[in-house]
Parts: sequence; structure tokens; C-alpha cells
Amino acid sequence: MTMFSSAFKTLLYKETLRFWKVSFQTVAAPVLTSLLYLLIFSHALEAHVRVYESVSYTAFLVPGLVMMSLLQNAFANTSSSLIQSKVTGNIIFVLLPPLSYREFFAAYVLAAMLRGLVVGLGVWLVTLWMVDLQYAHPLWIVAFALLGGAILAALGVIAGIWADKFDQLAAFQNFIIMPLTFLSGVFYSIHTLPPFWQAVSHVNPVFYMIDGFRYGFFGQSDVSPWVSLAIVGFCFILLSSLTLALLARGYKLRG
Amino acid sequence: MIPAIRVEQATKCYGSVQALAGVDLEVDQGEFFGLLGPNGAGKTTLISALAGLVRASSGRLAVMGHDVVADYRAARRSLGVVPQELVFDPFFSVRETLELQSGYFGIRNNGAWIDEILAELDLAAKANANMRALSGGMKRRVLVAQALVHRPPVIVLDEPTAGVDVELRQGLWQFIRRLNRDGHTIVLTTHYLEEAESLCGRIAMLKAGRIVALDTTANLLSRATTHALRIRLEAPATLPAELEASVVSREGVKLTLKFDRFDEVGVLLDRLRSAGARIEDMEVGKPDLEDVFVDVMRAA
Repeated sequence: MTMFSSAFKTLLYKETLRFWKVSFQTVAAPVLTSLLYLLIFSHALEAHVRVYESVSYTAFLVPGLVMMSLLQNAFANTSSSLIQSKVTGNIIFVLLPPLSYREFFAAYVLAAMLRGLVVGLGVWLVTLWMVDLQYAHPLWIVAFALLGGAILAALGVIAGIWADKFDQLAAFQNFIIMPLTFLSGVFYSIHTLPPFWQAVSHVNPVFYMIDGFRYGFFGQSDVSPWVSLAIVGFCFILLSSLTLALLARGYKLRG
Repeated sequence: MIPAIRVEQATKCYGSVQALAGVDLEVDQGEFFGLLGPNGAGKTTLISALAGLVRASSGRLAVMGHDVVADYRAARRSLGVVPQELVFDPFFSVRETLELQSGYFGIRNNGAWIDEILAELDLAAKANANMRALSGGMKRRVLVAQALVHRPPVIVLDEPTAGVDVELRQGLWQFIRRLNRDGHTIVLTTHYLEEAESLCGRIAMLKAGRIVALDTTANLLSRATTHALRIRLEAPATLPAELEASVVSREGVKLTLKFDRFDEVGVLLDRLRSAGARIEDMEVGKPDLEDVFVDVMRAA
């Protein structure tokens, strides 16, 4: 009953409406950014790089860009919503009602996942005309998209409630999220890296999200998709538990 | 009857700062209750603890018999809070803001009540305007509307008239009085003591996180013994030393003298005449809540 109370549904609706009202900024802009990445990288590297046999570099790039956009936007939704609400003070509108911390978590995370999925779908749609993608294992695509979105959304909740100022959130985004997503094999296979950087990539959970997601398209990956699923699933449980524990304590929200 | 608000030995510490230092308080249902105190006295902390915005370090707080921690859902449904800060969500219109707030409290199809509140608060014409487009006074009215949207039996107003023009202030109090007549319990914090004096049946005064006075407004007013004799002289005059002791304030030809018993008035006037001062105008002022407040805060 509690998971689907009216308060939960209203907060989910409000968080969805919030990004949808500024969809030019929250959906169209990241889709355009990804399209530009694709145009530039595919033009520069298509003739020089081939990661998997029978898969062009441009086709290899598309799932990585879709997942990167999905992850970054899931993070951006929760983190920006919370920091804005905290800084402007309107966070009290969601702290005064009879919402449990679990409902609070679920509503913010689901809305962020939705934004991530909408942006990911947008990137996929605008790149369709450029490549002929395969869909070897669609369920893996869905599983990694949902889990990856949920993890980054939860991380966004942590960043949003931890940060007191916009520049702290920007630091979190620039020094943690960006390196994690850019150094995760979006633009390359980690097998092309020197051993040291391969080892570094293996401790980056975003690598497993992208590798598993890409497996769903091509049926090929750098590591077994089951290993990726286990690691991504573990990260989801870990981050969700941490976020829920912070919310239950009222960390930086309820004095 | 269950009290609208019950606070038992509530404390709240922020590091070494004690914002609430063992507050005990009961507000009965249907009361118009005032919570007064200087800045930093703990008024907003107490309200925030009741609303679940901060967690008390110790003690128990309940709204309409519902513990604000153990039974927080029922406690929060029973409470409407108008915050002190002028906060709003810039993404939404006035009506959307109120519909969302209704949804948070589990109320769907609340359009009729929302329309009534908008009309009462003179916001109907702005129902579809974005919150960013409203003036400060209108944003304040929307905050009041948000607190009322789920028809809570207890309404807490944390300095609701700060920065609000006279017309809106009067309209707002008319509306709040009506809600009180309809059975809502009202808890008010304000720095406008004349508002508290005219509206509140009972008042608590806080200082440094403690309640230093708690009584009916009439009883509090009767505590004050000092009256004021306000005089305007025809021309500035040098006053004798024995009169200077009674001077509360002096501004050019305007003097305010204090006295405890009415038979002292004649003595004061004789001394003024002896000093050669000629009186142009004069009035005797009754003690007001501000006098009581100042006395209580000095004594505490």
C-alpha cells in the first residue's frame, strides 16, 4: 500500500513533469550532444578502428552513447532536482506531507530512470539512420538500461542531498560521474587499452553497465554479461541501501 | 479532549547550541495560540519539530494525539504549516502547486476546495500564472493556500505577515479568524505583537529554547503595571533630575514618562510645570503586549 500511495504517485508525477516542462534542455540537448559525438567520432575513427568482427565502429559506438546519455541524465535528474529544491527551500513541500523515505526514494529514482530512458531512446532514434544495429539479446538491453538508470539515479539522490551548493554538485558531476562514464568503454573496447588502464576499467562499475548493455545488441562483450549483471546488481543493492539509510536518518534533509 | 498539540520535554541541540531546552506545551483544539520570542528563541525549531522538518533530540511531540515520529503520517495530515521563508517551486503554476500539494496528502479531485481557497485569498485571477510571475505578497498567499489544501485541523503560521501589505494582512487575518471559528486550531508566531494581542487567546513566550511565560493574553496583559504618559511640550525644556528617572523616551518635544499608579500622574505634571515646561498635548497609554514582552524577556 505504502509503495503506491497517492503521495508517492504525486511525487513521481511532479518529478516527471518537472523535467518534461523543460524537455528542450533535459531531453533534446543531451540527444543533440550524443549525435555530435557520434558524427565526430564515427567520421574520425570509422576507417581506423574495428572493435568486434562484423560490427562497424559507428554501430559499436551507438549503444555506448545511448547508455552514457541514459546514465548521465538519470544522475542529473535526481541531483539537480534535489539541490534546486534545497537551495530554494521548496524541499519542504515534499518533507511536510505524509511521505515515507522509501516512497521519497522510489519516486525520485523512477522519475530519473524515466528521463534517462527517454534520452536514451532519443539518442537511439536519431542514430538509427546512421547505422544498422543488431539486437541479439533485447532482454539484456532492457535489464542493463533499467539497472544502470536506477544506480545513477540513486547516486544522484546521494549527491543532491549531500551537496549544499551548486558548485559542490558540479564537482561531484565533473570529478566522479564524468570520468566514470567517459572511462567506461563508451568509445572503445578496454582490450585496446594498456594492462594498467584495463585493470582500472575493471573497477569502474559503469564499464560493466555499458559492456552488458552492448552485449544485448551485438552478442559480444569484453566480459561475460552474467559477470556484468552480478556486479551491476550488487552496485544497485549497495547504492540503494546507502541512499535509503541516508533518507531514513534524514541526512541533511530533516535537521 | 485530545490536545491539538502536545509537547513534552522537547529538546533540540545543534552541536553545542541548544535550540530547545526542555519545552512543555499543550494547545487545546480550537485555540488561537501565539508563540512569541526574539530571534533565535526556538519558535521555528519547535514548529519544525512538530512538522517533522527537524528531529527533536529528546522528548515527545504530538499533533492531534499522533506522535510526530511513530505516527508521522497521521500527525502530518493533521498539520498545515505556513513557512517563514518565501519559498516556491518555479516549475509550476499556482493551481498546479495546489493540486500537487493535495496529491501529497492523498486528496484527488480537490478542485472545489482549491477554487474556494484561491477566491478567499484573492488569488483566483492568478490561478494559472507561474509562481515566478507572482509578487512577494501573492507568493505568501500561495504558501497559506498550500498549508490549507488538505484541510488540516491544526494550522501553524510562522510569521505569515512578514513583508505583507496592510490590505492583505487584514484579509488574511479575516480568513484565518474564520478558519478558527470553524474549529481549526491556529498557532501563530509573529514579531507584530499587536497582531498577537488582538488575535491570540493564549500566548507562550520563548527565550533561549525555554518557555518563559505561558498564559491567556488577558492575564499576561494584567501582569504589566507600568503605564505610559505621553506628552507633547510647546517647546523643548530642561527637566529636573527627579523627573528624568521617569522618562522612557524623549524625541524633541515628545516625552514618554512611565508610572505605576494613576495618583502619580499629578506629581509628574507638577514637576513638569515647576520646570517651566508647557504641555501642548497629553495622553495616558495602557500597557500593551509589547510592554509585557519586554518585561518578561528582561526578567528571564
